[in-house]
Amino acid sequence: MAKEMIKGNEAIAEAAVRVGLEAYFGYPITPQTELLEHLSGRMVELGRVFVQAESEVAVVNMVYGAACAGARVMTSSSSPGFSLMQEGLSYIAGSELPCVVVDVMRGGPGLGNILPSQGDYFQVTRSAGHGDFRPIVLAPASVQEAIDFTVLAFELADKYRHIVIVALDGQVGQMMEPAELPAMGEVARERPDWALTGAKGRPPNVVLSVYLEGEREEAYNLKVQAKLKEIKSAEQRWLEFATEDARLLVIGYGTAGRIAYSAVQAARERGIRVGLLRPQTLWPFPEDRISSLADRMDGCLVIEMNAGQMLEDVRLAVGGQIPVSFYGRMGGIVPMPDEILDAITHECKRLAIHESIERSC
Amino acid sequence: MIITDFTPPAGMELVYQRPESLVDVQTHYCPGCTHGVAHRLLAEAIDELDLRERSILVAPVGCSVFAYRYFEVDSCVAAHGRAPAMATGIKRVQPENIVITYQGDGDLASIGIAEIIHAAARGENITTIFINNAIYGMTGGQMAPTTLPGQKTTSSPCGRDVESTGFPLRVCEMLAQLDGAAYIVRRSLHDVKNIRKAKKAIVTALKAQVNGLGFGMVELLSSCPTNWGMSPQQALSWIETNMIPYYSLGEYKVIDAVNALD
Ligand SMILES: Cc1ncc(C[n+]2csc(CCOP(=O)(O)OP(=O)(O)O)c2C)c(N)n1
Ligand code: SF4
Repeated sequence: MAKEMIKGNEAIAEAAVRVGLEAYFGYPITPQTELLEHLSGRMVELGRVFVQAESEVAVVNMVYGAACAGARVMTSSSSPGFSLMQEGLSYIAGSELPCVVVDVMRGGPGLGNILPSQGDYFQVTRSAGHGDFRPIVLAPASVQEAIDFTVLAFELADKYRHIVIVALDGQVGQMMEPAELPAMGEVARERPDWALTGAKGRPPNVVLSVYLEGEREEAYNLKVQAKLKEIKSAEQRWLEFATEDARLLVIGYGTAGRIAYSAVQAARERGIRVGLLRPQTLWPFPEDRISSLADRMDGCLVIEMNAGQMLEDVRLAVGGQIPVSFYGRMGGIVPMPDEILDAITHECKRLAIHESIERSC
Repeated sequence: MIITDFTPPAGMELVYQRPESLVDVQTHYCPGCTHGVAHRLLAEAIDELDLRERSILVAPVGCSVFAYRYFEVDSCVAAHGRAPAMATGIKRVQPENIVITYQGDGDLASIGIAEIIHAAARGENITTIFINNAIYGMTGGQMAPTTLPGQKTTSSPCGRDVESTGFPLRVCEMLAQLDGAAYIVRRSLHDVKNIRKAKKAIVTALKAQVNGLGFGMVELLSSCPTNWGMSPQQALSWIETNMIPYYSLGEYKVIDAVNALD
C-alpha cells in the first residue's frame, strides 16, 4: 500500500473497515465526527452495520449487544460522549466481551470546548466504568500510529476478550499526514463459541455481568484480575529517544509526546543530556521501563495536555527514586516546543544538571 | 428439558405440559406474581412458532433480571433500561435470529424510555414484552412511571400526587404514533380470557418479527401482590378495577402487513 494524505479520524475509520469491522454504532460529537461520517458511507456501501444512535448511552449498549453476538464492533466519541458510555463499558467489562472504543479527547470539564486535550487520562485508564477493571488504552501520536493502533486494538480486544480504547487528543484526530493503510480485509463471519447466535444443537449461551453470591462475583473478579496481570506483563509499549546517556527523562504521550520530542531534540542540539520516553500504551503503563530508567536519571519531567494525570503513574513507577516534575497546558491549549524546552532547561537548573546547560550556552 | 417420559393413562390425552422453551426449575418470583404467567406465554409462543433455536432473549434489570435462567434460549442481561439498544446491536449483526426484550415499567418507561422510543422509531425488527405492574418490584415497591394517581408506594406513601410527581405514562399510546412501529398492543394477565388474548398477541408480535415487519411490543398489565400489599386474588381484581380504566386494553397499532399475517 502506498502512503496517502489522510486525516487522523478518517484513517482510524478506514483502518477499522479494512480489518473487518462488522458493526459501528456512534453519535456525532466534535472533534470525532469525521470518523462517524466516514463509516456512514463505507459501512453501508460494504453491506455492513452502521447505526447513528439516539445517544452515547444507546451507542454503548448497541456495542454491548453486537459484542454479545461475537461481532467485531467499534464505536467512537469524544470526552462528554465517553462519559455517557461508562455505564455500558462496565457491563461489557463485566461480561468479558471484546470491543474497540475510540476517544478523541477534547477540552473539559463540562461541555468544555472542541480543542485538543488529554483530560480523559484518568477516565480511560482508571474509571472507564464502575467496578474493578481496566481497559487496554492505546495512545497514538501520529496518523500512522492511529492506523496501526486501530489494527492492534482489534487484535488485543479479541486476544483478551477485553475493551481496548484508542485514546487520542483532538490534534491527532484532526490533522492530515501521509500514512499507509492496511490492505482491505473481509468481515470474519464465523462466531466464537460463547456468542449468542441461537441455541441450535447446543445448550443455550448466556452473557451477563450479574453474580448475586459474593463468592461467585469475587471468583469472576479474580479471573479478570489474573487476565489484567497477564496483559500488564505482556503489553506495555513505548518509544524512546536519546535515553542512553540522559540525566533528565521527559515523558509524554500523544501530541504532547510528539512536541516534547521536538523540544528534546532542540535541547540535545544545545548539549543538554535529556531523553524522551513516549508511552504508547497508557494502560498497561510502561512502568517497568520507566522504573529501570529512573535508576540512572537525576529527574523526570512529565508533559501533558491536562493538569497532570499520567504524572501519578510516573510517580508510582519511579517510586520516589528521583524527583518528578510536570509541565502541562489545559483548556485545549497545545504546548509549543519552546515552552517545553524552557521547562527542560528550568528543570535541569533545578536539579543541578549544570555542566550540560553551561556547555550549551 | 421437556418432560418426555410421561405417558398419559389409556384413553387420556396430554393437553398441558411445560413448554420446551422453559427450563425445568422453580422461579424466584413471589407467589401470585404474573411474571410467571408472562414467561409461560412467551415460551409457548416461541415453541408454537418453532423459534427456540433462533431466539435471543434480552433480560432487563428488575424482578425479571433472572429471566435468562428460565428460558431454554440464548440470553443476556442488559443494563437498566437499555435492553432495546442491546437488542438492536444483536439484531443488526444477527438478523436471522429472533430478538426479544422483556422489560418492566421502571426499566422501559422510566430509565429506558429513550431507548424504547428510538428502537420503535427506527422500526427495529425486535419484539418487546412490556410488563406493566405500576410499581418498581425489585427494589421494594417504589413509585414507577406507570404508578396510578393516588396509588400508595414506598416512595409515594400518601398516594401518588400528580401535582408534584406528574402523570403516569401510557406507553402504547405514545409508541403507536411512530411510523417504525408495526404492532403495538396492550393486554392484561388478570383472568383466563385475557391471558389467552395476551398469548395471541405475543404470537402475532413474534410472527411480525419473523416476517421482518418492524418493531413490535406487547404490554401486559401485570400484578405485584407483594409490593401492592395484596393477596394474589386481590391483586388480579385490582388490575381489572384500577389499572384497566387507566390503561385501556386494545390494539394501538397494527400495520396492514401484520393484519395480513393471520
Ligand atoms: C442504573 C440503575 N439504577 C437503578 C437500579 C436499581 N433498580 C433495580 S430494579 C429497579 C426497578 C425495576 O422496576 P421495574 O422495571 O418496574 O421491574 P419489576 O421489578 O417491577 O418487574 C431499579 C430502580 C439499577 N439496577 N441500575
Ligand atoms: S416483587 Fe412483585 S413483580 Fe417482583 S416477583 Fe414479587 S410480586 Fe413479582
